[in-house]
Amino acid sequence: MSELLGIYNYWIYVVLMMIGFYGVIAKKNLIKQAIALGLFQTGIFLFYISMAVVDGGTAPIWTTIGDGSIKALGPYDNPLPHVLILTAIVVSVSVLAVALAIIINIKWKYGTIEYDEIAAMDRASGGGDDD
Amino acid sequence: MIDIQANLPALIVVIPLLGGVMATFTGRGVLPWAWASLVTGATFALTLRMMATLLQSGAPYISYELGNWPRWWGIEYRVDLLNAFILLVVAGVGFITTLYARESVGDEIPKDRHNVFYAVWILAITGLLGITITGDAFNVYVLLEISSLTVYALIAMGKDRDRRALTASLRYLILGSVGASFILLGIGYLMMVTGTLNMEDMHNQLMRLANLDTNRTVLVAFAFLLVGLSLKMALYPLHMWLPKAYTYAPSAVSALLAATATKVGVYMAFRFLFGIFGVGFSFYAMPSHLILLAMASLGIVFSSLAAIRQHNAKTLLAYSSVGQIGYIVAGFSLANPDGVAGSIVHIFNHAVTKGGMFLALGAIAYRVGGTEIADLRGLARRMPLTCGALALGGLGLIGFPLTAGFVSKWYLVKGAFGADMWGLAVVVLFGSLLALVYVWKLIEAMFFGEPTGRTAEAKEAPLSMLIPIWILVGLSIYFGVDATFTGETATRAAAGLLGGAP
Repeated sequence: MSELLGIYNYWIYVVLMMIGFYGVIAKKNLIKQAIALGLFQTGIFLFYISMAVVDGGTAPIWTTIGDGSIKALGPYDNPLPHVLILTAIVVSVSVLAVALAIIINIKWKYGTIEYDEIAAMDRASGGGDDD
Repeated sequence: MIDIQANLPALIVVIPLLGGVMATFTGRGVLPWAWASLVTGATFALTLRMMATLLQSGAPYISYELGNWPRWWGIEYRVDLLNAFILLVVAGVGFITTLYARESVGDEIPKDRHNVFYAVWILAITGLLGITITGDAFNVYVLLEISSLTVYALIAMGKDRDRRALTASLRYLILGSVGASFILLGIGYLMMVTGTLNMEDMHNQLMRLANLDTNRTVLVAFAFLLVGLSLKMALYPLHMWLPKAYTYAPSAVSALLAATATKVGVYMAFRFLFGIFGVGFSFYAMPSHLILLAMASLGIVFSSLAAIRQHNAKTLLAYSSVGQIGYIVAGFSLANPDGVAGSIVHIFNHAVTKGGMFLALGAIAYRVGGTEIADLRGLARRMPLTCGALALGGLGLIGFPLTAGFVSKWYLVKGAFGADMWGLAVVVLFGSLLALVYVWKLIEAMFFGEPTGRTAEAKEAPLSMLIPIWILVGLSIYFGVDATFTGETATRAAAGLLGGAP
């Protein structure tokens, strides 16, 4: 039991990601889909951050101590995943930006952002090709 | 002065990266196109030189440490025969489609957006080249997103001709991001186990695990990566984003995507399945070869059937692409030398064949204004050279002897018999029959129809389009007649992959 609770970060990450995944699949409003996609990716950030944790770890600060040598202040969390996820956050923001730009264009060209209405308009305009 | 030879691997990515950003400032007129041709041409020259250097050195690979950071801390670029070959394909097709793009893009994209179009276009090629050359797993994810984001934008630029480009692009964006996120997760889990991001180190650490086959973290990583990669390479049934994206994208973009984007996805699968996890884990400990073979066979049959039902030539070719990805995946999931070599050869052969065919359709869209099969009727009389190229490419898709498609299918069937998978050989032959049906649909319309309406007034495509089309189609014939270079390269690359090390 304590094992299950001890890794609660991972539970939260999975739950967050699945909420996002559900939204991507089930929501018909394009903006809601984009938000759900963002949530889905945020879950992954939490996963990366969680795996960097070291028991009793602090920030990775190295400093000069009494005798002039340079040492870490104590055990520290792995900084590499933090750096990686900074990159992934930038990527996720860019994905959201491109998605919103496309949705704005859809609003201009179709006058709606509801997936069902757009699909109906596409069918009406004779796009006979099936999925 | 920069030492070009010593920094060759980095320059292959850096030059188009900077060139792409700078294309934004090229203003209007013909300059953006000229700049793009220059940058992609230079990149192609560099990949040619890379291949020559590698062959001359005789070494199994050339390693390059970015910023002189040792590879276990920094990012390593590693070029072996396999990715030197794929780099050549991506940069080569990128250059030829750029040359072609001038008239086509001028026709399809409003004048004031040409600089942005070419900027995004070059960056898309940059991302694809970067994925191919890097030896660092996280770098793969970042460059994958660079190429994906730019490709979403390129597809959406078809909106002025057909607004459905926007919905197609958004659908690709959502599915593509989910796929890329799965890949990111898989890389994360792999890092948890191995503590490194360098592909070779990952492989070595994994091989050191005593309980590799039952380690749950490794299994989860494998599952996420397999699904994510399948989405990215449009393996049936995760191909749903592809047909509409290819149909509504601008013509030049369709050709570039069909020739390179999914191929680089397959290359990533090579790196992860063969390089990092190793053949023993991916194809013997895990049943992934059965799953992949089943999906590939279903893909060959069902997407060829779907292709037969289409009314739009572009959608038809897009569905055919899904089927061709099936051949490529079936080849490498056999995990024997002939199968893997067939898979690598088909990456090249399909890139030139399908690239050439999409370019020909672009020329038809330029002269006739549409690519409905009804528009193609009798077109061979008006545009004999374009239609001839389309027909020859079609023969390549069927796998007609003396075309490149035949060479790949020969390897595939050989590999299938080598692995005692005669069922796959049947699927390959059946797929070729289905390809005959959908290619015949095009040929019948073009050569035996009566031209009407806009088709009757169409002129032959301009020379600036015909030359790139015929270069690609010519290559698909040339490497069908004399497959020494492609065949030998693929066989050696396949041996390298099956040997284990990434």
